[in-house]
Amino acid sequence: MDILVFLLHGFAIALEPQNLFLALIGCAVGTLIGALPGLGPVNGVALLIPLAFNFGLSPTAALILLVSVYYGTMYGGRISSIVLNIPGDEPAMMTTLDGYPMALKGRGGEALGLSAVASFVGATVATIGLTLFAPLLVGFAIRFGPAEYFALFMLAFATIGGVTSGSFTKSFIAAGLGLLLGTVGLDPATGVSRYTFGLYELYDGIDFIAALVGLFAISECLLLLEDRRRETATNQELGSAIPGMKSARKCAPTIARGSLIGFVAGVLPGAGASLGSFLSYTLEKRWLGRKGDFGNGDPRGVAAPEAGNNAAAGGALIPMLSLGIPGSGTTAILLALLLSMNITPGPLLFEQQPDMVWGLVAALFIGNIMLLVLNVPLVGLFARVLRAPSWLLMPVVILVAFVGVYSLNNSAFDLYVMLAFGVLGYVLRKLDIPSVPVVLGLLLGGQMEFNLRRAMSISGGDWSILVSSGISIGIYAFAAALMAAGLLFAWWLKREEAGR
Amino acid sequence: MAISLRPLHTLAVSLLLAGGLTVSAPSQALPISDCLAPADPGGGWDFTCRSVGKLLHELGLVDSPVRVINMPGGVGAVAFSNVAGKRAGDSNLIVATSTVGVTQIAQGRYPGDVDTMRWLAMLGTDVGVILVDDDSPYQSLDELLEAMVDDPTSVVMAGSSGIGGWDHVRALMLAKAAGLSSDQTGSVRWVQFDGGGPAVTQMMGGHVDAVSTDLGEIAGFIKSGDVRVLAVLADEPLAPPFDDLPTAVSQGYEVAGYNWRGFYTGGEVSDADYQAMVDTLKTLYDSPEWKQVAERNGLVPLWRGGDEFDAFVRDTADKVESISQEIGVIQ
Repeated sequence: MDILVFLLHGFAIALEPQNLFLALIGCAVGTLIGALPGLGPVNGVALLIPLAFNFGLSPTAALILLVSVYYGTMYGGRISSIVLNIPGDEPAMMTTLDGYPMALKGRGGEALGLSAVASFVGATVATIGLTLFAPLLVGFAIRFGPAEYFALFMLAFATIGGVTSGSFTKSFIAAGLGLLLGTVGLDPATGVSRYTFGLYELYDGIDFIAALVGLFAISECLLLLEDRRRETATNQELGSAIPGMKSARKCAPTIARGSLIGFVAGVLPGAGASLGSFLSYTLEKRWLGRKGDFGNGDPRGVAAPEAGNNAAAGGALIPMLSLGIPGSGTTAILLALLLSMNITPGPLLFEQQPDMVWGLVAALFIGNIMLLVLNVPLVGLFARVLRAPSWLLMPVVILVAFVGVYSLNNSAFDLYVMLAFGVLGYVLRKLDIPSVPVVLGLLLGGQMEFNLRRAMSISGGDWSILVSSGISIGIYAFAAALMAAGLLFAWWLKREEAGR
Repeated sequence: MAISLRPLHTLAVSLLLAGGLTVSAPSQALPISDCLAPADPGGGWDFTCRSVGKLLHELGLVDSPVRVINMPGGVGAVAFSNVAGKRAGDSNLIVATSTVGVTQIAQGRYPGDVDTMRWLAMLGTDVGVILVDDDSPYQSLDELLEAMVDDPTSVVMAGSSGIGGWDHVRALMLAKAAGLSSDQTGSVRWVQFDGGGPAVTQMMGGHVDAVSTDLGEIAGFIKSGDVRVLAVLADEPLAPPFDDLPTAVSQGYEVAGYNWRGFYTGGEVSDADYQAMVDTLKTLYDSPEWKQVAERNGLVPLWRGGDEFDAFVRDTADKVESISQEIGVIQ
């Protein structure tokens, strides 16, 4: 029971007044940053690093502050997804799909409450996983080579038809568009520029955040301009968080499955929270099949991705701490912080720095509870902000969008990208083509291509490497089974209707 | 999102420094008031600017804090073209660069060549390293290189740069020193990962055979004993705790692969101003404070300045260019 002893010791560290206070600050600031469109965990953590240094915090205290911010932003990202249909950050994108319809139906409070609970469970599952299985999972994660990662991304795209309730064809068109846009920039293996038109700003590809904010926030504003009486959630009753707790009980199996899927995605470096919330949502949709009403405000459509992305955030700490490799931009910054404090994460960290590691783990448990306590009563407050009339709210959204995107690189070019994607989002909505697969294609396509290219370099061009391990065969079989089940189900549905 | 891990260990410190810097600086006749970092805040080039800029002021070498300007894009090409077009004669400006920048120039990815700029100095360097897994069949550098020369496709190498990037090129320089013929260099298998750490873990998972990267990034794995270091690409053995790692030179391969950090300025800066800037940087390099900053961030302090540095940059660019042609990255 070594782990229990270590953990108790960790709690002793995390419960020191200073660390407790830092966790509280981190959680509150994180929620706020996460809720702002465009600003996500990376920005939140990066913003607070100078603060951690200026206060001369110890590595443990600094890390507690920053992971609290990290967990906080993962909680906060859902808020604007649900009430504005604008994801607060990339992983919160999936939450818009059912969260916003819920808000339109006057169940916004319920959605916020439910998602807070789902986030809590997801993060707690991940933290427990981190406590118990960190060394074991490392062994699992290093068995994932480029071919296995490629299979994982294939799984994601195999389920993409399940993203939205609209037509499969349109989802695939949207995903294809995203993949095409994802090829812009320097070729990952050889450095040859593709579709950059001589613009150096495009060498690094299209910025996801700029694209995301454009597709969601700017296009939303364009639609509003066109029709000022357009229905928005702001005019609706938001309801209270209490029904959220009730529906959380009903969604318990969904939350459990979402947490598990998200955690696994998080542990694999290079998969990350976006893939975690995406797979949680689509797999849950497949799982429920006809019993679900996904896309039209099904509470389970909120619970699954929120449990998934918070579990992934916790899972991502495992490769960061025990291998020294970050699974996401945020853990990359945390890693940098540790290195600059002369702590080298790696296989020896758990032995060399037990105070720090276990203090951190304990702080995660505590921070999680704080976040739940902070978030549930605050539902009413968030709700009030959003009852502001849209003529007041939308200019603020635009302001935040411009400032947020400009601050990414201090570059006006990103603003043009954002505006271009705003127009694209507007056109897509008019054509009833979903925007989410576009962003997924853009977000995951690059990594998918990159891993395929790596696998090909390893095998010297031999395609059989893609199916040369049990892991990849298993993933492909799973993806094929899902596709087949979807087709069978559609066929059965048709026959039922015809028979009637 | 493209995350470059190479400069990560410098990120946090640079952000700290950012917090302490004031933004506006009254223009003085003294050299060096601006430092252009051709990357986002947090990268290695940003760190170079912020740490050097801060020290210049602290040591009293400049009157007011050095202003750091971030201008990301095109792996430094945006900043390069901006300086060439708008500030070619500005002797108040230094621009951070490294081996990566020179590699880009050598492969024709910047709007200009080494003559477009004046090369001031390098102040420190990370050192290249060749490693294999602790239970790899390759016990020594000789064995690995022998296998590569016998059959270039038999070894899968990985690192944090793409094909024709610095990690790749310095591994090939080693293979050539072992007798790999020029028309064979293109057949060596090379896989790029998002940094040295991920490359090493992929090697531990058995997906690749050997890794070529910077020591600073993967020092943790050396300490834990998960990897076997076949060679460090330095002229001299390193300082403790890495003093027992064998250099390539000591094993009979005359190859050094430094990833240095340094500065250039506009091509139309006068000789007198150029010399004054080099002298200022030399004073900074000689201070104990710089040694501290460098070592804390995993860099080995190393000086090359003025004409010597200029010649060094040209030599590196030539080597990279010829290898890049051999492997077909450029024509």
